Amino acid sequence: MAHPSTWLTTRPAGLYCEPGGFYLDPHSPVAKAVVTHGHSDHARPGHGAVLATAETLAVMHARNAAPASERAIRYGETLSVNGVAITLQPAGHVLGSAQIVLEHAGSRAVVSGDYKRATDPTCARFIPVPCDVFITEATFALPVFRHPPAAAEIARLLASVALFPERTHVVGCYALGKAQRLIALLRQAGWDRPIFLHGALQTLCDLYVELGIELGELRPVAAGSGLAGEIVLAPPSAIADRWARRLGDPVVCAASGLMLVRQRAKQGGVELPLVISDHADWPELLSTADDVAAPEIWVTHGREDALIHALGQRGIRGRALRLVGRDEEE
Amino acid sequence: MIPFANLLERLLFSPGRNAKLALLRRYFETVPDPDRGLALAAIAGTLDFPAAKPALIRELAARRTDPELFALSYDYVGDLAETVALMWPTEGDDTAPSLSDVVSGLRDTPKSGLPALVESWLDACTPAVRFALLKLITGGLRVGATARLAKLALARMSEGRVDDAEIEEIWHALAPPYEPLFAWLEGKGPRPDPPGRPVFRPPMLANPIEEPDLAALDPADYVAEWKWDGIRVQLLGGAEPRLFSRAGEDMSASFPDIVANLAHPAVLDGELLVMREGEVAPFADVQQRLNRKAPTRAMLERFPAHVRLYDMLFEEAEDLRALPFTARRRRLEAWFARAAPARADLSPTIGFTGLDQLRGLRAGAREAGIEGLMLKRADSPYVAGRPRGLWWKWKRDPLAIDAVVMYAQRGHGRRSSFYSDFTFGVWDGEALVPVGKTYSGISDRELAFLDNWVRHHTVARFGPVREVEKSLVLEIEFDGAQRSTRHRSGVALRFPRIARLRHEKPAAEADTLANVTRLIPGEGP
Repeated sequence: MAHPSTWLTTRPAGLYCEPGGFYLDPHSPVAKAVVTHGHSDHARPGHGAVLATAETLAVMHARNAAPASERAIRYGETLSVNGVAITLQPAGHVLGSAQIVLEHAGSRAVVSGDYKRATDPTCARFIPVPCDVFITEATFALPVFRHPPAAAEIARLLASVALFPERTHVVGCYALGKAQRLIALLRQAGWDRPIFLHGALQTLCDLYVELGIELGELRPVAAGSGLAGEIVLAPPSAIADRWARRLGDPVVCAASGLMLVRQRAKQGGVELPLVISDHADWPELLSTADDVAAPEIWVTHGREDALIHALGQRGIRGRALRLVGRDEEE
Repeated sequence: MIPFANLLERLLFSPGRNAKLALLRRYFETVPDPDRGLALAAIAGTLDFPAAKPALIRELAARRTDPELFALSYDYVGDLAETVALMWPTEGDDTAPSLSDVVSGLRDTPKSGLPALVESWLDACTPAVRFALLKLITGGLRVGATARLAKLALARMSEGRVDDAEIEEIWHALAPPYEPLFAWLEGKGPRPDPPGRPVFRPPMLANPIEEPDLAALDPADYVAEWKWDGIRVQLLGGAEPRLFSRAGEDMSASFPDIVANLAHPAVLDGELLVMREGEVAPFADVQQRLNRKAPTRAMLERFPAHVRLYDMLFEEAEDLRALPFTARRRRLEAWFARAAPARADLSPTIGFTGLDQLRGLRAGAREAGIEGLMLKRADSPYVAGRPRGLWWKWKRDPLAIDAVVMYAQRGHGRRSSFYSDFTFGVWDGEALVPVGKTYSGISDRELAFLDNWVRHHTVARFGPVREVEKSLVLEIEFDGAQRSTRHRSGVALRFPRIARLRHEKPAAEADTLANVTRLIPGEGP
């Protein structure tokens, strides 16, 4: 058996599979890449050929990051490239997000991309795959991050809407994944009013609907419209901006795992922080390490020191890849 | 504890001052005694638990969490109470003790019993309540509500019966849980006046003056004085003489040489200095005397204290604060001529005919070892706080150097989890030596840039400190340079702030230690 460390290396553009001749989520343009999901720090524009799920490729098209050529495969389907077997399995992060399972010379490595274990009505649930090396993110790898159930946070949002019926609740959220998950969670909680969208969120919401995710009635925010009592979703950059102020006395909310840290929430001028994350929290990172039973775990980005320390206490060898070009947050 | 925890949470996230005032007022109106007074004390910083200190929290954290994970978490979160509240290993329910139970528990439990008591509370509480509880122990709530704001909320609560200046006036004679204060505010009791006790009066503070203010003022309305480089004090003369800091801290024990000379009943405002043979010593000498609860005879001789008086608030029992500045000044001069206290003199007023003459005097201030100028409206009453337009401070221009970022640490409060605290250095031959550390002066945008820059240019880590590539130049403004053992350069800068980022400047062209040493008073060319 050839240990994955002999055939998976880090190069300036990112993680590279030597025998396969392809990169995994490279952060600059390369000839061949396998991409876990559509977030811009994982799916960069300008690649030659990309292998990913059909949904991830659709997202790349919607974001003008389409590669020159592409190949879609389904979850569980296996493709062999130069003696490397590539299988994608759900990562539970956003629609189409996948773990990349690589098998070569008798050993197996899993590149998780970003993932979470909590249920999400907009994407397939994470499936743990036993492996020799598990390559994980560590965005929320500190014991302070224990994310509450998302439904409880949605209940807080709806309680605030009931408390301030004359104000507009503007929720800052990422355009891919978080926005659609919030909408789906609101629908599950019984919010059947139209949900209003900042223009930057429209394209990906439309794409989700096209791909079969029910989101209910969505409307664009019209200029100068009074939206008292309504819920508006907007990218994080817009909530503290003039854009939000024109809504008239908005309650500025933000949905992110970082909202757990008070001063972090405060820094963004947020009045109602909602702790809703699409990344694994600390207990999920550790239980995933147990589930995949890998003797060795590599950490791509985030708070790797703490995770490697805690893995060491469980007899798991941790290694920091310190990949550049990953967003600090989500 | 739950209403108090909710109050802290809402205060922290409420963006506006009016919203915070409304929250405080509602809390004071709806929560009964003594809890509301204890919350007021927590906000105003007047609770003190001699046996329950942050060390207790660290001890409990060490007992119940992994030390390495705790250190990394604390470094990220930037706040001890919040770190422990979030990572405490239990889920907690809402069987929290009341605020008064917590306060009396922290105050009355013998030190040996405190860890077990606090541990049981932490196990029972949710993270939000744990946070409030731990904040009581660390002090400094950092929820964007000050003592001042709380007093304004109290004044509003009285519905016009009491104004905030009156609350300020009696504040220093009151103690938690402030039941007579609340009774008075609600019209159910008399004004809780302190009979015959020495009382600190909140001082009048000056605003920094900017060019537009200068252009707008009529010099004929103002009196000018030097701005002395010492610390602001209030002196209470009489049978029980006292020396207070500007914040009302009683410093009498640290300055017996001053207090011994205050037999005449009066309340005076002035600057505490160290003086030798009529010469004002550098500020570093005053620092030698601060925080020495019982100075030795040698200290008193080496660093003789002195007060330079510039205002009088009371003469005997007569309140002079409503009088115009010039009238108070005449009363001060007459009093000084009669009382003639040792180790004191009067801050002279500076005659001037126009702004240009003042500009010239200010330009020479650094040379003369003076911090700048004060401009006081001749007709200004003595108003507590920092009223606009009455008193101005016009500091000498700062000095500036170009220094290279050497180390970075995460900040606290608003800057928590950002690399925002920078140690910077200058060249000593081929090597960089640190001369200062600062987090001030940077905009939010620069902060985001610097944080990201640090993450991508780290060359080594020492616990929470990151050593960075020596390539980024900062223009540092500072008030002065002095000899110090704090940095290995032997030099420290006073009040350094980051004036701007100089991306275009190569690190090799930053300033040298020799350039900085030249700026130390008495060591220049």
